[in-house]
Amino acid sequence: MAVMLQVEDLAAYYGPTKVLHGISFTLEEGGITTILGANGAGKTTTLRAVCGMVRATGKVTLAGEAISGLTTESVARRGVAHVPEGRGTFTRLSTEENLRLGAISRRDHDAVEADLERMYNYFPVLRERRLQQAGTLSGGEQQMLAIARALMLRPRLMLLDEPSFGLAPLIVREMFRILRRINEEERVSMLLVEQNAALALDLADTAYLLETGRVAMSGPAKEIVADEQVRRSYLGY
Amino acid sequence: MELFLHQIFSGLATGAIYAAVALAVVMIFLAIDHFNFAQGEMAMFSTFICWALIDAGLPYWVAFVLTIGISFAGGIAIERILFRPLHAAPVLSHIIAFLGLFFILNNGAGWIWDFTIKPMASPFPEGSISGLIGYHEIGMIGIVLIMLALLYLFFRYTSVGLAMRAAAQNPESAKLCGISVGWMIALGWGMASAIGAVGGILIAPVVFLEPNMMLGILLYGFAAAIVGGITNPAGAVAGGFMVGVLENLVGTYIPFVGSELKLTVALVLIISVLMVKPSGLFGRTTVTRV
Repeated sequence: MAVMLQVEDLAAYYGPTKVLHGISFTLEEGGITTILGANGAGKTTTLRAVCGMVRATGKVTLAGEAISGLTTESVARRGVAHVPEGRGTFTRLSTEENLRLGAISRRDHDAVEADLERMYNYFPVLRERRLQQAGTLSGGEQQMLAIARALMLRPRLMLLDEPSFGLAPLIVREMFRILRRINEEERVSMLLVEQNAALALDLADTAYLLETGRVAMSGPAKEIVADEQVRRSYLGY
Repeated sequence: MELFLHQIFSGLATGAIYAAVALAVVMIFLAIDHFNFAQGEMAMFSTFICWALIDAGLPYWVAFVLTIGISFAGGIAIERILFRPLHAAPVLSHIIAFLGLFFILNNGAGWIWDFTIKPMASPFPEGSISGLIGYHEIGMIGIVLIMLALLYLFFRYTSVGLAMRAAAQNPESAKLCGISVGWMIALGWGMASAIGAVGGILIAPVVFLEPNMMLGILLYGFAAAIVGGITNPAGAVAGGFMVGVLENLVGTYIPFVGSELKLTVALVLIISVLMVKPSGLFGRTTVTRV
């Protein structure tokens, strides 16, 4: 299988403080890799470093092309859609304008219209809220909007930062069902950061465990789930 | 009654001036979230360029279009050279840079074209409709309204307009969508500079062209933008007309104000609006859910 994302010896800094100490991981094309870890372990920073949002060193390769050192917008234009922490909603714009922004770097306008329709089918509630100011949407709706906006890019790779954050359990389950469907139907590779380790390990095929900016453990999700230590520390049973 | 009507109409005419300046102020504010204190001087400098082109023998409208093009490029250049390196700097650094730009343009214009007053031609015929409002004033109001309509169409229906709004609102998210936020800001500067140029060229036949011509007008322009709502181009234009009319009526009917205290009216207006309704009459209050 081809490699979608290859990260080698990635270090990242906030000002003078080093928060990632040279992590390496691989994401297969069409695969779902999850990064687990406690608060402050460097999960969000890893995603931000991949798309050039923090000062970072190391090598990041997207489907064979080096993308380290590129600006965030250039990484996005290469087909990396980042669903950021806090959802990144354009609160004063309408739901539909938010969706169109996801596709703004695309030039195939007819396909964009079709994709808009596709998103409304994935997330019918967004169609109801089409012309509403996006800031007035509920947390769950905004999370759906964020995922739909990312999909409007027709991404090769999606970076998902805590999609379950602040959502009711029922909505979280629905969200993960949709993510699985997107991964299976559209072959979008996913890099998932999640606090809810049980859910993440269920969805992902590969998992990495971060501890204070270093990879503490890695392997197929099934094996990680079975690990005694992980179960006690992150799954709580 | 005749006096009243006359004051209303001439208020609308000066209001068009304020509206043009306010429109430019709002454009920059939308792009960078700050007032541009050098906006008036940029417009003045553009007007001098137009005057020089006409003086060199170019037909009026050719000079007009050329000036707008030059101002657009100039606005982008100012952003790239002066403000791009400052984009992460605190607000105070921006204000100092604005003031620096103010003096550079003001004195630069004086140095190149000297400080004497120059007459600027109007593209519209002389005369007026039954003594109430001149053709130049009508033309000015018309052009301001056309600019507003074009801006509305641009922001509402083009993808560049959408990208600019997104970049102003949430730069980080905009980058994640693949939008080059830096260039959107530069584009905002270019457009504000071009709008200001149109304003300056239209104002000059009324107030005479000289390096200090925009001083008072910019203050009214700020007042107009604040009254109308600093985030709303249409509000700014409406605010411009309101300030123009109000200024005239107050000057005429409130004896102690007269023409000396007229400028104070603008300041009083700014302060009262900021105290009572900070988002302006037509500004949008943002609703967020947390």
